[in-house]
Amino acid sequence: MILANRLTDGRVVFLAADGSWVDDIAAGALTTDAASAQRLLAQARRAEDRSAVLEPYLIGVRAAAGARRPVSFREGIRAAGPTIRTDLAG
Amino acid sequence: MYRYDEFDHTLVAERVATFRRQVRRRLSGELTEDQFKPLRLMNGLYLQLHAYMLRVNIPYGCLSSRQLRKLAFIARRYDRDFGHFTTRQNIQFNWIKLDETPDVLAALAEVEMNAMQSSGNCIRNITADQFAGRARNEIEDPRPWCELIRQWSILHPEFSYLPRKFKIAVSGSSNDRAAVKLHDIGLYLRRNADGVVGFEVIVGGGQGRLPYVGHTIREWLAKEDLLSYLEAVLRIYNLGGRRDNPQKARIKVQLNALGPDEFRRLVDEEWAAIRNSTLLAVPRAEIERITSYFADPAWETLVDSPATLADQRSADPAFDAWYRANVVPHRAPGYAIVNLSLKAPGIAPGDLTADQMDKVADLADRFSLGELRVSHRQNLVFPDVRQVDLALLWQELQSLSLATPNIGRLTDIIACPGLDFCSLANARAIPVAQDIGRHFAGSASLEDIGELSINISGCMNACGHHHVGNIGILGVEKNGQEFYQLTLGGSSGEDASLGDRLGRSISAAEVPIAIEAIVTQYKTLREADERFLDTYRRVGIDSFKDSVYGERPERRRAAA
Repeated sequence: MILANRLTDGRVVFLAADGSWVDDIAAGALTTDAASAQRLLAQARRAEDRSAVLEPYLIGVRAAAGARRPVSFREGIRAAGPTIRTDLAG
Repeated sequence: MYRYDEFDHTLVAERVATFRRQVRRRLSGELTEDQFKPLRLMNGLYLQLHAYMLRVNIPYGCLSSRQLRKLAFIARRYDRDFGHFTTRQNIQFNWIKLDETPDVLAALAEVEMNAMQSSGNCIRNITADQFAGRARNEIEDPRPWCELIRQWSILHPEFSYLPRKFKIAVSGSSNDRAAVKLHDIGLYLRRNADGVVGFEVIVGGGQGRLPYVGHTIREWLAKEDLLSYLEAVLRIYNLGGRRDNPQKARIKVQLNALGPDEFRRLVDEEWAAIRNSTLLAVPRAEIERITSYFADPAWETLVDSPATLADQRSADPAFDAWYRANVVPHRAPGYAIVNLSLKAPGIAPGDLTADQMDKVADLADRFSLGELRVSHRQNLVFPDVRQVDLALLWQELQSLSLATPNIGRLTDIIACPGLDFCSLANARAIPVAQDIGRHFAGSASLEDIGELSINISGCMNACGHHHVGNIGILGVEKNGQEFYQLTLGGSSGEDASLGDRLGRSISAAEVPIAIEAIVTQYKTLREADERFLDTYRRVGIDSFKDSVYGERPERRRAAA
């Protein structure tokens, strides 16, 4: 998946299959092979050039308890909000 | 407090208008992020893990009740109902929107605040002793000099693009509460042999990846020479500091590469050339004008230790415990300095909600002449409280969870935002502080343990001052997991020292147990009323290694 910050408010967003940027990780586009991952990344960088988002990059995700979760701890915090204030996610 | 003059008002208003135009151009795509980033950083706007973060200057930690109410308004209207006080006496808001930032800056300008130079490779907010002008052992109030340096350094054309950021701290007290020796330039107000007050100038202190305690490069500097001497130091740094490697770009690296003597020689040579410049000679009338803003308030004529206070202390042990921990002698008879602890068990160190801000502002008006201070240890201070009012103020602070009796004690923990917020962090810091706070919550032995600082950073950049904590905790990442390295023996005071690494890193769950083991060992080893730091310096690190790393499974079971 592609994760980035939205330009206008800095919030964490995910690239969706239709090219839009969404808050919900479950609505983001998922790829399973390197070639399509690179295509998504190129699409995200074009969005960065259009000043829609900042600092997009690829993250790994896995299914956990029926929900999609980033593999890395850091991206997990980015997706779910501060661990000390889970009420502030999104 | 200092009040903006027409120049300050104009400068800040113009800066807000300029940034509003820059934001508009960024949102339209006219400016790229590469072009815009230095501009937003110069206005204190960072991009963090979850959103933009705005860092607002609180000059030398001084805040009025009116300003605090505005910060509450900003937290409520533009953020998520709280702010975070930092180790540089500033406040950060964690969810500011780019398109609303100019409105936030305009709101700040209404109360004579700004975010200029709170980031970027320039001279940052000047920090100072939070008890400035009130402490009993003070040689002289540092605040007028902080204000003079602030005015000199804001939009300084030569020093707006330094090799790296630059931090200056000033203290007028013989007790250093401002970590002066850990700054790029640290200034102590000192008397010379003739009794004349000037500055001891310390250069090259700093933390981060390459920590150093600063070197005194001038024992005594006349006040009238302050700006020309600072200008000489900054020029030598600006010209000779490294620009090829950000990790080695601070003045501490330059000074230590040259050696203090050679650095001093270069500064003196430059200073001799500019010392008599009329540009840098501040007219006496201007110094007097600035100083007049920091004149003593109209204190009432009162006596120290009124009978009512003694009665209240003996009647209520909880009030007495708070008094002993959080109240500090004031130089005016009948007054006290009161610390508000932002370190209640389980609270993120330095956080204050919008509602708390409003209520603290009201209490500052009722009890402290409308003023308060922010300390670099992430607490608040009421500088002017009548001793007869202490018991009533304590009750009010209790209802706000701001009366935990732990100032300077084990649970008065410094913690950076860490991986919960910061894009630079490798590990979380706040949950570790919360766990230690809960582990020792309500512990009657906190007073027995006495003075002990714990400082936690979530990465090597050391915003949580871990190098100078009596116990320092540094978060590291190993194979995607958080671990914590402990250091012992650090100090940020006049006896500044960097901590020594205890051994291999431990998990977050082990940290409170390790702290308890260290404290237990200290209590066994200490002589009389020796502080932890003094015991450590006497016995050395080996005496503590076994406490933490020996017999681990048994202790874990006992603690479980």
